[in-house]
Amino acid sequence: MRKEVRIAGFGGQGVLMAGIILGKAASLFDNINAVQTQSYGPEARGGASRTEVVVSDEEIDYPKVSHPDILVAMSHEALIKYMDDLKDEGILIIDPDLVVEEEIVDFVKEHNINLYRAPATNTATEKIGLRIVANIVMIGAIVKVTDIVSVEAAKQAILDSVPKGTEDKNIQAFEAGYALL
Amino acid sequence: MVEEQFVLGNEACALGAIAAGCRFFAGYPITPSTEIAEKMSYLLPKYGGTFIQMEDEIASIGTIIGASWSGLKTMTATSGPGISLMQENIGYGFITETPMVIVNVQRGSPSTAQPTMSAQADMMQVRWGSHGDYEPIALAPSSVQEFFDFTIEAFNLAEKYRLPVTILADEVVGHMREKLIIPDKVNIVTRTRPELTDDYLPFDAPENGTTPMPAFGEGYNIHVTGLTHDKRGYPDTNNPETHHNLIKRLCDKVLANRADICSIKKEFCDDADIIIVSCGSPYRSVGAAIKMAREEGIKVGSLKINTPWPFPEEEIKSIANDVDNIIVPEMNLGQMVHEVERVVAGKANVHLIGKIGGVLHKPEEILEKIKEIHEGEC
Amino acid sequence: MVEEKVSPYRKYLREERLPHLFCPGCGNGTVMNAFFKGLEQSDIDFEDIVMVSGIGCSSRVPGYVKCDSLHTTHGRALTFATGLKLGNPDLDVVVFTGDGDSASIGGNHLINAARRNVDLTVICINNNIYGMTGGQISPTSPRGSFGTTAPYGSRENPFRIAEIVGAAGASYVARWTTAHPMQLAKAIQKGLNSTGFSFIEAVSQCPTYYGRKNKLKTTIDLYNHIKEHTITKRKAEKMDVTELQDKIIVGDFENPRRGALCKALKELTEEVSGGPLATKSAYEELD
Repeated sequence: MRKEVRIAGFGGQGVLMAGIILGKAASLFDNINAVQTQSYGPEARGGASRTEVVVSDEEIDYPKVSHPDILVAMSHEALIKYMDDLKDEGILIIDPDLVVEEEIVDFVKEHNINLYRAPATNTATEKIGLRIVANIVMIGAIVKVTDIVSVEAAKQAILDSVPKGTEDKNIQAFEAGYALL
Repeated sequence: MVEEQFVLGNEACALGAIAAGCRFFAGYPITPSTEIAEKMSYLLPKYGGTFIQMEDEIASIGTIIGASWSGLKTMTATSGPGISLMQENIGYGFITETPMVIVNVQRGSPSTAQPTMSAQADMMQVRWGSHGDYEPIALAPSSVQEFFDFTIEAFNLAEKYRLPVTILADEVVGHMREKLIIPDKVNIVTRTRPELTDDYLPFDAPENGTTPMPAFGEGYNIHVTGLTHDKRGYPDTNNPETHHNLIKRLCDKVLANRADICSIKKEFCDDADIIIVSCGSPYRSVGAAIKMAREEGIKVGSLKINTPWPFPEEEIKSIANDVDNIIVPEMNLGQMVHEVERVVAGKANVHLIGKIGGVLHKPEEILEKIKEIHEGEC
Repeated sequence: MVEEKVSPYRKYLREERLPHLFCPGCGNGTVMNAFFKGLEQSDIDFEDIVMVSGIGCSSRVPGYVKCDSLHTTHGRALTFATGLKLGNPDLDVVVFTGDGDSASIGGNHLINAARRNVDLTVICINNNIYGMTGGQISPTSPRGSFGTTAPYGSRENPFRIAEIVGAAGASYVARWTTAHPMQLAKAIQKGLNSTGFSFIEAVSQCPTYYGRKNKLKTTIDLYNHIKEHTITKRKAEKMDVTELQDKIIVGDFENPRRGALCKALKELTEEVSGGPLATKSAYEELD
């Protein structure tokens, strides 16, 4: 089954790394297929940052995401910009501290969106003591809600991707995110 | 040991180059190819090789030609404006029979146009871009794995036929991450030294062939020139026969070996009523479109061209006997379609889906054309 | 009976390529002789020499020398030479170039090669004109001089190539002329012996085009013209800009020692790989 994921936020949140970790988890550790792409446009130089991952147990032909099954918004700007592409009955995970939820109430209702609130930034800051791991917290939340990759694969992909010496903190962050939802 | 990595197409290219024995890279930063130079700058010193960032693309290709004659396998990587700048020295590579690999990660063109967006803008430039008659070899990857595999193949073909080989990638395949399987052993073509005899003639090659390449500084004392030269390598510019024999041989060493060089992949063609001929990234959209069409009961097949140059004439000619309609999706306003039309020669209808703007064809766009043709035929 | 004089340097030439295509009175022969003389007096063996050139009359020199030679595209010789040298630092790479080849179409490569201080010996034969294409002005043509593309006299300011190369960071720079063959040979010897980028500008005469266009009809006229306008670097330092306008300043323009590229890259590779630099690896099976 082909699943399309889009993760968006602002620069510095580790959005791109989150996409790479998901893709790696699927293709190297769950042994299914994944394609990760990202926005290289001038927008990548400004505030906004976006990555997309296609995950499938079949061979992936078309590598791009047009109508994501799962949208993860780590900023309000990203949420408003990409919300319309989300499939009806799709999964929307937001960081509630970084978005203005009132503005999407109608959209969520109209399209039967499954809305999840994962306060990744707050959890990273308060529980782990490292704001920089908000993206890893968010991966925990994504894995919990969507099942697109296994917990074990996600952990292995995290260990494979983060700088040496930070493994424990990152696994803690993943687990904290997994426990959020 | 077989190794698996989740990497960018551009990184896979650099890994493929190292696996093929490339030990020299010269380049100039340009989007969307820069990650290849970055990765080579990191990898080459680890393998005893040399990386140098040059002052421009003209310098980059000059430098890899020089390094090739020093006895190394060499590569450069660039995109649109950079490949335009390299054209003169690419011609020098052909006439002097210098093996080297040129990676062109195509982007929206002409001029500066769309640095971060994809295109197949240079399909014809790689064929005709340098002045004069020559027959290039080019390979077009459509996945991260192919970018790795085709890079190795490019080095092998460059050595075997002694000429510049181009990898015609594009932004989509350069900038996507997928699983890459690096085998523990790859087949590579190693250069052989010519025998140094008293009557050694460095450019005395058999018809339709080439001759072993010496390295500089080993006593061969050869003269390598971009001028029309005789079998000794000496300029002989006003002799029509010398020029004819030289250029004809350089073209024929590729054309006469099409069967060895050309590579295609045919899928779902056996029962197909329509065949889609694609090359590079659009193949990915074709795969999705064919599945959708077959779900609706329309029998569509795919012929993917791995080596746009030399153009796989026989293979394309043969599908024109099997179907009445051929679709050619390209990320330009029509380049390879002219080759398909030339070869098909009216035996089948050729439909271009030319798309510019920087993004891959959506499978739905190809499906729409399939349906349009299908309905017209019914 | 006239006894035929055979040059002691004839042994370095590809005899089968003679006679050469240089015009009578051309300075290329003088510079070639100075090169062989400098080479014999240097620490370098002829067997280790490989030559690279671009396009132009001066760039035809390597084609006559019995060594591996790469005759490349216009202006780009230094890029090819950089690849050859970095690919195999054991080679002694000598580049022959001209004023148009090095300072016009190849100007960017020239200053960047000097900046990198890549280990090459460059001999630039500056005859102030494009000879191969028939007498057009070059970036070193003096203001007011005539060429087929300057029928009313050049209105541009010329380059002083040696000074540019020195400013860009070359280890060794010198300018002499065909009227100073001994000093020129000495400078070439020094250039061959020094590490880093060595640049020897050899001001030369082109009787066929420069002479004809500029009322210096005979080679002797040109030769005398060069001699009369020459001034040593030491003297020039005491003169002001206006006095120096039409002067050819000769001498060594040595730079304080800067790191040379080959050594730096060799160290980088050894540091990172823990092994030697890969040379001629195209001929070897991979491990």
